[in-house]
Amino acid sequence: MSTALTERQNPSSAPAGTISRKLTERVFRIRESGIVAVLLVFVAVTASIQPRFIDQANIQFLLSNTTVYALLALGETMVVISRNVDLSVGSVLGLSAYVSTNLFGHHPGIPIPVVFLAGLGIGLACGIGNGLMVAIGRVPSLVVTLATLYIIRGIDILIVGGNEVVAQTLPNSFIDIPRANVLGVPYLAIVIAAVIGAGAYYLRSFRSGRELYAMGSNPEAARLAGVPVGKRIFTSFAISGGIAGLAGVLWAAQYQTIDSTAGTGYELTVISAVVVGGVAIFGGSGSAVGAAVGALLLSTIASALNVLGISPFWDQAIAGFLLLVAITLDRVISLKLTAALRQRSSGVGT
Amino acid sequence: MEPDQNPLPPDGSAATGSAATGSPATGSGPQLNGTEGRDAPPPASPGPPPASPGPPPASPGQARRRRAWVQSALRWETGLAVVAVAVVVFGGLTSTQFLTSSNFFNLSVTSGEVAIMALPMTFIIISGEIDLSVASTLGMSSALLGLLWSKHWPMLVILVALAVLGVVAGLINGLLVTRVGLPSLAVTIGTLGLYRGIAQIILGANTVSNFPATYTTIGINPVPHTNIPYSVAIFIVLAVIFGVVLHATPTGRSVYAMGASPEAALFAGIRVKRIKTMLFVVSGLVCSMAGALWTFRLATAVWNNAIGLELSVVAIVLLGGVSIFGGKGSIVGVVLAVIIFAGLLNALLLTNFNQEATGIVIGGLLLISVFVPNAGALRSRARGLVRARSLRRSPEIGAVHD
Repeated sequence: MSTALTERQNPSSAPAGTISRKLTERVFRIRESGIVAVLLVFVAVTASIQPRFIDQANIQFLLSNTTVYALLALGETMVVISRNVDLSVGSVLGLSAYVSTNLFGHHPGIPIPVVFLAGLGIGLACGIGNGLMVAIGRVPSLVVTLATLYIIRGIDILIVGGNEVVAQTLPNSFIDIPRANVLGVPYLAIVIAAVIGAGAYYLRSFRSGRELYAMGSNPEAARLAGVPVGKRIFTSFAISGGIAGLAGVLWAAQYQTIDSTAGTGYELTVISAVVVGGVAIFGGSGSAVGAAVGALLLSTIASALNVLGISPFWDQAIAGFLLLVAITLDRVISLKLTAALRQRSSGVGT
Repeated sequence: MEPDQNPLPPDGSAATGSAATGSPATGSGPQLNGTEGRDAPPPASPGPPPASPGPPPASPGQARRRRAWVQSALRWETGLAVVAVAVVVFGGLTSTQFLTSSNFFNLSVTSGEVAIMALPMTFIIISGEIDLSVASTLGMSSALLGLLWSKHWPMLVILVALAVLGVVAGLINGLLVTRVGLPSLAVTIGTLGLYRGIAQIILGANTVSNFPATYTTIGINPVPHTNIPYSVAIFIVLAVIFGVVLHATPTGRSVYAMGASPEAALFAGIRVKRIKTMLFVVSGLVCSMAGALWTFRLATAVWNNAIGLELSVVAIVLLGGVSIFGGKGSIVGVVLAVIIFAGLLNALLLTNFNQEATGIVIGGLLLISVFVPNAGALRSRARGLVRARSLRRSPEIGAVHD
């Protein structure tokens, strides 16, 4: 499937293309299975110290805890692959979490899907704002989303005032969403896994998905090749915002107490998860599944610290450290890879 | 792109200019120092029209370029000055306390650290990089100060330790960016988390606040015989030093050169990597010292000191006319932006705006300062986007590839 795609895109250089693609694929399979291996080793070590870590309740908690991060990571993956970054996800999550669940208090008996739609709508609005500014303004997404990170948080603070949404105002059927499970696996985790699968399939096999990769590996070339760069950037930010909005509602269902600090600092965890999961921060490579595994790894680490009795104050340092390790490793690997490719195709040039 | 605004040093641009002799029609005319560039009237299309003197003496191209650059710098900076006055008038109108001298003191004391941190950030952004870890470095330094003080270290030793910490923090950023070749955005997002996390590890939920009055008065008392807080006095001294280095030394000029075109700077023999590493180190050092000031002013060391302050620092620098793409900007602009920023925050404080929500205003300020300089280009791009969309509608384009 993927080789067919390559051949269709540049039929002239098919042989060289397939060689390099095989090598690239192998490296990335190593990259993603590497994360899985790290995850397994980590779980094994923690479980040997503290068996409680792998009992059903904890795994269930861990999985439903991961859902929010994994969802955010999906949106962030789309943005990062196209060589942008969305720093505003945490603030969007916070705004959406408060505003949407506040509806329960003001309109008792409101159907839950409407609340989710409200969250989605808020997220989309924020994402569209980001997308328009990045696509039309052609300003680095870093600056735009750094600004909206604080603008959206500020709006959240103004709306919330000193209030908070508390568990009593939330209907039981809403609170039960993260807790419902099939054979011990949270129902929600299955749904999110399916969503991520769909996202991964879209990125891998759809024309517009592939164009995000093209933009990430060489924006200028993508533009010249006729990729509607502005439109794709806009869409990726809108999707990222929308997903963050949905994640906000799920977050609310999970934590049930929502004040103006909900989701503060999540952007760091999410970007770390994405990068640790093998999405290159330069754009152009990585997968949604890898990002989800990265999210799982980070929340496993957080949970393990908790189980092992280590202060949660270590969380942030670890996320930041892992991010640095991941980008450094990626860089070293890609330099080695480039060198290897150059050796193989010596004479072909560039 | 805009050779007349491009502040490359004449000798630095000579190398690139002579390399581009093949295409003098592209507007690189003023950069040529060959004979034909001197005698023939240079192609003046992109530059501002008023400055078109006769051909006479030495190198009119250079003089014109300098004047054009001064003009364009002045334009943004005069704008800032006007805004600064407007902020003062607005503040004076909305609150009777705004123009009092005690309020002036409060205004400047609360913005001292941000202002100091904006100076190295100016260098870093002009060189084409960014440092998002500044606030976390401050927080880490503040936490270490608290920890060491609670362990009864002498203050002088603590300050040396903080300086070392800042240098190391900056060195990590700098080496990862220049030697490993990572984008500074990614590196400093990572260290933003890492340094803040270390602050959290150092202090946990503790608060250290038993600093002696000798130090805490540094934060809240003015320099003797004046109405200027210490932090602002330090800022003024540093601003002069940074300004001289940026605008009047080869190092400063090469910072512009590498921001405008890293490749060209490298080929011109500028030690891009070394200078960039130095910039990050200076930034780390300045931020850790700002951490000491911050801690003394509030008389408390907690892990989340100055959390989110990177937004303010970046906003000030970009408001000061420094281009986010590197290669442009001036210390004068940044100083004016500091004044506007401090005035605006203070005016907000006096108008009972929810203090925690000032992010809206600062973020808005940041967006405005990136969008206003290229407002003209925006409209055409918006039109282009719409046109691209209608073009996409025709299916033949997609079919070509199959």
